Amino acid sequence: MSNIRPLILTAGILATGGVGSAAAGEAQIAVAANFAAPMKAIIDLFEADTGHTVKASYGSTGKLYAQITNGAPFEALLAADQRRPELLEEDGAAVDGSRFTYAIGALVLWSAQADTVQDGPALLASGTFNKLSIANPKLAPYGEASMQTLEALDLTAAITPKLVMGENIAQTYQFVDTGNADIGFVALSQVMAGGEITKGSGWIVPGELHEPIRQDAVILTRGKDDPAVTALFDYLRGDQAQGVIRSFGYATD
Amino acid sequence: MPLLSPTDLEAIALTLRLAAVTTVILFLVGTPIAWWLARTRSRWKGPVRAVVALPLVLPPSVLGFYLLVTMGPNGPVGWLTQTLGIGLLPFTFWGLVVGSVLYSLPFMVQPVQNAFEAIGERPLEAAATLRASPLDRFFTVALPLALPGFVTAGILSFAHTVGEFGVVLMIGGNIPGETRVASVQIYDYVEALEYADAHRLSAVLLVFSFVVLLALYAGRPDGKRG
Repeated sequence: MSNIRPLILTAGILATGGVGSAAAGEAQIAVAANFAAPMKAIIDLFEADTGHTVKASYGSTGKLYAQITNGAPFEALLAADQRRPELLEEDGAAVDGSRFTYAIGALVLWSAQADTVQDGPALLASGTFNKLSIANPKLAPYGEASMQTLEALDLTAAITPKLVMGENIAQTYQFVDTGNADIGFVALSQVMAGGEITKGSGWIVPGELHEPIRQDAVILTRGKDDPAVTALFDYLRGDQAQGVIRSFGYATD
Repeated sequence: MPLLSPTDLEAIALTLRLAAVTTVILFLVGTPIAWWLARTRSRWKGPVRAVVALPLVLPPSVLGFYLLVTMGPNGPVGWLTQTLGIGLLPFTFWGLVVGSVLYSLPFMVQPVQNAFEAIGERPLEAAATLRASPLDRFFTVALPLALPGFVTAGILSFAHTVGEFGVVLMIGGNIPGETRVASVQIYDYVEALEYADAHRLSAVLLVFSFVVLLALYAGRPDGKRG
């Protein structure tokens, strides 16, 4: 019997934590991993400007979607694609009319070493690299765009034996950053700040080589009447946030 | 519709191969460590025991992160493997073996150590008076007496490696037939919203794990030895 007590205690702490946070003008949101860096910058600005606070969880869109449909306490989702927000709308789990494209992603072929990536297509064709890290195309829109790019360059068959897959774009970046993969297709936002690539070397994949990576945000039913969430969505559409988003290499509508 | 797709079967075969290779290596690596820990009076006994038990406590993400960095081209292990001409270990089957051996080490060492300690000094001393060499004593007295401990350790190490996920996710790179084990395959299904496939493979693992544990406990009703 005695080992039940810690459980009750934990449940109590969780319960009070939940009640307290809801009253404090706090938005609890789920954010696709590729948008982590700009989101942190935007949250800082938003919190300073409005006094609301934002609690963000970062992960792959597929995992976040699964968590949301199974009762995760998120009030909004900033996805890496349009499909999952649309699905949530169809499920009735999202607030009608709240969905919009907050960013259009760009893909970059990137190496942690300076000078490794000069002419991207030539490097890919040469095969002079140990591994090419991509996000799992089945799960991540950036992975899908990576495969479309290889397809457009007619290199799919040649490069498949060298592929390693991260479960999301953050892990894909990690494989390259630690040097375990020489190069990888990552989100431009991961290696760009203030309008330029800050580390290593990269080739920004031209938009015509893959379908546009439109990333949609949607308010979930849980966040329907939360002023902090509404304020955050207004803020995301505003000039200041859009400027931050562009400085990380995304396009905006 | 067949119960499992070819990709599922490939993932299961890879998982069993990883668990088998890991268990064999753990018998070779873990037994001397367990023997030393059971017999020594060295002041290093405490620290070594603590290091062996670390994987029980550390999150797999910590182990996976360290492995990725140390086995990478800028890490000491990566430097060593490259110098030896083996190449880099992350994203390879043998990289997973290294991770799994570390991850399952306490599951091998602790039961075997307990079994060795339970033998006590007397059988070994008796053998010594009969002029059995230390090696002889180990192989003809200690090993047979500790056999139940070895069985437990082998089953636990094998099963624990089958259940591995976090470390593999972090150093595997999800390559079919090479590093995409069953647990990662299930994770992929869940993430891709293919819940029916996730259910099928999960059920297989659930039944497997239950049967293994049942064999372990039913074979040893007292549940205390080893």
